[in-house]
Amino acid sequence: MTDHHDFDKNYLENGKGFKSWFFTVDHKRLGVMYLWAIGVFFVLAAIASFLIRFEHLSPGQTIISAQTYNVLFTLHGAVMVFLFIVPGVAASFGNFLIPLMIGARDVIFPKLNLYSFWIYCAGSLILLLSLAAPVDTGWTFYTPYSIDTGTNVILVTFGVFVLGFSSILTGINFIVSMHKLRAPGLTWDRLPLFCWAAYATSLLQVLATPVVGITLLLLIGERYFGLGFFDPAKGGDPVLFQHFFWFYSHPAVYIMILPAMGIISEVIPVFSRKPIFGYKAIAYSSLAIALISFLVWGHHMFTSGQSKLINIIFSVITFAVAVPTAIKVFNWLWTMYKGSVELSAAMLYSLAFIFLFTIGGLTGLFLGALAADVHLHDTYFVVAHMHYVMIGGTVFGLFSAIHFWYPKMWGKMFDEFKAKIAFTLIFIGFNIVFFPQFILGTQGMPRRYFNYAPEFETLHQLSTYGTWILGVGFIYMLYTLFKPVGAADANPYRSVSLEWQMPSPPPTLNFKEIPTVTTSTYDYGTKVEQEA
Amino acid sequence: MQIIKFIKSLAYPSEMLPPIVEEESHFDPETEHSAAKLGMWLFLATELLLFGGLFAAYAIFRAKYPVMFAEGSANLDVVLGSVNTVILIFSSWTVAVAVTAIQENKIKLVQVMLWITLICAAIFGINKYFEYSYKLSNGIGPGTDIFYSIYFAATGVHMLHVFIGMAVLGVILKRTYEGRYSKEKFTAIEIGGLYWHLVDLIWIYLFPLLYLVG
Repeated sequence: MTDHHDFDKNYLENGKGFKSWFFTVDHKRLGVMYLWAIGVFFVLAAIASFLIRFEHLSPGQTIISAQTYNVLFTLHGAVMVFLFIVPGVAASFGNFLIPLMIGARDVIFPKLNLYSFWIYCAGSLILLLSLAAPVDTGWTFYTPYSIDTGTNVILVTFGVFVLGFSSILTGINFIVSMHKLRAPGLTWDRLPLFCWAAYATSLLQVLATPVVGITLLLLIGERYFGLGFFDPAKGGDPVLFQHFFWFYSHPAVYIMILPAMGIISEVIPVFSRKPIFGYKAIAYSSLAIALISFLVWGHHMFTSGQSKLINIIFSVITFAVAVPTAIKVFNWLWTMYKGSVELSAAMLYSLAFIFLFTIGGLTGLFLGALAADVHLHDTYFVVAHMHYVMIGGTVFGLFSAIHFWYPKMWGKMFDEFKAKIAFTLIFIGFNIVFFPQFILGTQGMPRRYFNYAPEFETLHQLSTYGTWILGVGFIYMLYTLFKPVGAADANPYRSVSLEWQMPSPPPTLNFKEIPTVTTSTYDYGTKVEQEA
Repeated sequence: MQIIKFIKSLAYPSEMLPPIVEEESHFDPETEHSAAKLGMWLFLATELLLFGGLFAAYAIFRAKYPVMFAEGSANLDVVLGSVNTVILIFSSWTVAVAVTAIQENKIKLVQVMLWITLICAAIFGINKYFEYSYKLSNGIGPGTDIFYSIYFAATGVHMLHVFIGMAVLGVILKRTYEGRYSKEKFTAIEIGGLYWHLVDLIWIYLFPLLYLVG
């Protein structure tokens, strides 16, 4: 240790000003910066969605034109997917937590970690530059429309291409860190489940992202040179684009959800005061989900005209994904069974995750079933399903993490009571927004339409009113988080996991001496805990 | 002055980083070496998948348009393609020699081998330039038909990788003159070499698929 480095200084105090943050290699600071960045993009894309919902208060034009509407839902989708939820939990909490949880001073390639963040910033800027001539294709950039439209498709797809590098490099960094830097005694079967989830996520990031990279390059080539791969007039095939796109984008939905599942696996044992039930089942199910997710992309294309045989195969494999997912859910429930459950704000978000994600997951099976999908394809049912999975799942998981690790990250406590009020508003608002959309979908309301038939008006209005409650809930949650009440102890929740055994906030170098791990991460209510 | 300093810092960010990083690493050299190799192999996997998209497109369209592929392939210059193949395989060998040489502290040999590699890469690029310009002057380009679109897309993306590989090896070569590498410290040369082998490997697949199917 060099002299000028004071170990007692925590990571927030170690340097002030823009440069000390933007040029840092400290994984904790990078995690915090990712958290800020995804937070800002979340707010931006959420505002777009509020405008979309407001437009649907009445059939026909309410406040915005049809073209503005197309632009807004593209902006909402592209920003939410590529800037918020794909980097999301993995980049923010993954960076902050993984080295702390595995007992290391940093990730294995700290500089690469910083470059990944810069690439993320650059990609985001490029994507947002396209707002000069905003794209109206939807976030999926389906051909042939994305080849023909006069809007700035090239800039957006190039931005996504650049963001892909950030995702790949972060994934490599995490995988190698977990292989090479685990503290002595921290065997794979003692590794916190958040790390297992992050490992599976990283595998997906590394193996799926390059395919969307080449797909988007080919789309750019299609627009520049008229390559013709996706253009039927030149002998190409627009459905090929969909195959390529979903080969990435289906695994990508597990990039979004797996880290959130990892969070739930950390939060539930702490607030149930019981060891996690079925540790190995949860750990391996993360890998199983990652593996199967590569084999189901065709279920996005049941109505695209692909062969019937392929449809049946994809449908069957899609059902298989539900198995490892259900394994997790049942193990979380069994962890709580006969535990002494404490309903803290973080725990409430985790419980809501289980409830909402189960609805989202089961409705996914409706869509995975061929016959049902032909009816439900491209309706609001799909919109509701994916928002139950992505908000009810990932965003609730993220909020759970923000509350759970708040004392560790900032060294302060928030007002639990106010946080619970915010949770209640968000939970109620969310269900009012999206549950009516399931019904709308079964009645035949297509997604992405500017206009709608008068008989859908009541449900659309209900959904829009929900966004107002949801919005108030978000704002109140932010207000609560920005108004800390008092300093935090090192371990306010009496967790036994490694990151809580250090001061809050953590010192810059995390560990004075690399710890030796002798027990499981989830020794609650056992002899080990009572002795500690 | 401040601006120039800032731009410089972008090119060499390490100079701007908190001093602790420059002075010492958190991890022992052994761990760092094996970690860098594992990281590089993972990165190579992503490269294979990137080209995987192109190979998949190739397979689909060749099954759909066998005649177009046979005719297009017959019109490519097999001699230039073969020469380029030999050149790339040779350059892979020179890189391999450089990686072995540094472990025996033969810096001079490393430098010679890296120079030869770079020259081979340059010749490869020049040959490709003539091939492209000949095709373009005959009115054949990307978008002429699906075969030529595949040809230009695949060899174009590969050419980009040749350039990146040249940049990587060029930086490594420059650093050998600064005395940065030795028997104990040669990770960069090894993983740079791995990258170059990948560039070579991709071409070994592209060459028969594009030039020899006719």
